[in-house]
Amino acid sequence: MTDKEALRVSKIENGTVIDHISAGQALNVLAILGIDGFGEDVVSIGMNVPSDRLGRKDVVKVEGRELSQSELDVLSLIAPAATINIIRDFDVVDKHRVERPESVTGVLRCPNHNCITTEAEPVDSEFDVVSDGVRCEYCGTIIREDIAAHILV
Amino acid sequence: MRQDHIISAKHLSREDIEAVLDRASDIAADPSAYSDRHAGALLGLLFFEPSTRTKMSFTAAIKRLGGDIVDMGPVEYSSVKKGESLADTVRVVEGYADALVLRHPSEGSAKMAGEFVDVPLINAGDGAGQHPTQTLLDLYTIRENAGLDDLTIGIMGDLKYGRTVHSLAYALTNFDTRQHFISPESLQLPRNVRYDLHETGSSIKEHTELSDILPSLDVLYVTRIQQERFPDENEYREVAGEYQIDAATLEAASDDLTVMHPLPRVDEIAHDVDETDHAEYFQQAHNAVPVRMALLDLVLGGDQ
Repeated sequence: MTDKEALRVSKIENGTVIDHISAGQALNVLAILGIDGFGEDVVSIGMNVPSDRLGRKDVVKVEGRELSQSELDVLSLIAPAATINIIRDFDVVDKHRVERPESVTGVLRCPNHNCITTEAEPVDSEFDVVSDGVRCEYCGTIIREDIAAHILV
Repeated sequence: MRQDHIISAKHLSREDIEAVLDRASDIAADPSAYSDRHAGALLGLLFFEPSTRTKMSFTAAIKRLGGDIVDMGPVEYSSVKKGESLADTVRVVEGYADALVLRHPSEGSAKMAGEFVDVPLINAGDGAGQHPTQTLLDLYTIRENAGLDDLTIGIMGDLKYGRTVHSLAYALTNFDTRQHFISPESLQLPRNVRYDLHETGSSIKEHTELSDILPSLDVLYVTRIQQERFPDENEYREVAGEYQIDAATLEAASDDLTVMHPLPRVDEIAHDVDETDHAEYFQQAHNAVPVRMALLDLVLGGDQ
């Protein structure tokens, strides 16, 4: 990030910077993290920031929070190029790209209303990650577009 | 068999399928040899949706193996009516029976139910999903009439919602087959099914008219187009009318063409076809008993 870009959103002391998010997905990233503005989280967002790699990108900084594996898994589906920077005492102590998981459990709701996972049964939704989307392990429904709209909150 | 539960035709290998069909052939040739094979075995029937032939043929199959059924009965008289989950229902009933047969209106129900029980669970239809035992009896009928390799099959009618179609199409990819799908555009294969069929690399073609490919077919598998799939009756009549066959239609077909239908039919196969040598759908329905006997024999440990 250049100094000019860094000025757009302030540095954080401890927490996570999610960089290289596909432009337009920042609000969906917040949805994945369960951040709706009613909690205590301190959050900075950059949207449509110029990027050498992506042309335009979104950036999300969350104070005092490191992401769980399931949050990273879902993030990878809507922002496959994202980089995760873990910040402690203003320093980047870990930096890595998200990895596409083989499957995601309990984080997406199947859009097929007739799927058993949408009923009052003791079962978590489970989606296999396929080449161009995700696929319900139970009913076979494939979600290709707008995966974020199916996130369980 | 590789697995105890029979959930989806997708999980049946060629070897699994042939094991069931070979056993069914043995049973059909000498049913009396199997009449005490599973004396005392109890088959639990959980039908959350109405069924005539699937339920009756499973009942006939277990009784002809010397066993009996325990039947949940209609949903409205069961604990489901009190709000019990499917997961709880199957966990209770597995204590009463040696194997379970489940029909349920929700897709994925059989897969989920199978995760909660140790006895073999057989999917007898999960919503618009899978119906693998229908597929096995379809494959048996095809093998008896046309053979399963070097086969050209046409599957016609409601390809979108017809679960027998989805199961059959998956299973046929284990064999050297050319599959032609004939339907109105609004009832073509769902994209997840098409995706899987293409993944297998098998020969799949879609058509809107039967006449394009009828002369090349060894088997024509006809399914019912349901009126409730259409917003109004006129549209239904118009579309459904284009996918009906009669004896005159079949004059363009090979003499050896086998016509199949999972039944019940309405008017998609005219009654004058019944009198032709092409008609195989009643025998297909009868094959349900030896095929389901074979499947039950294998899942109940017939080889031990």
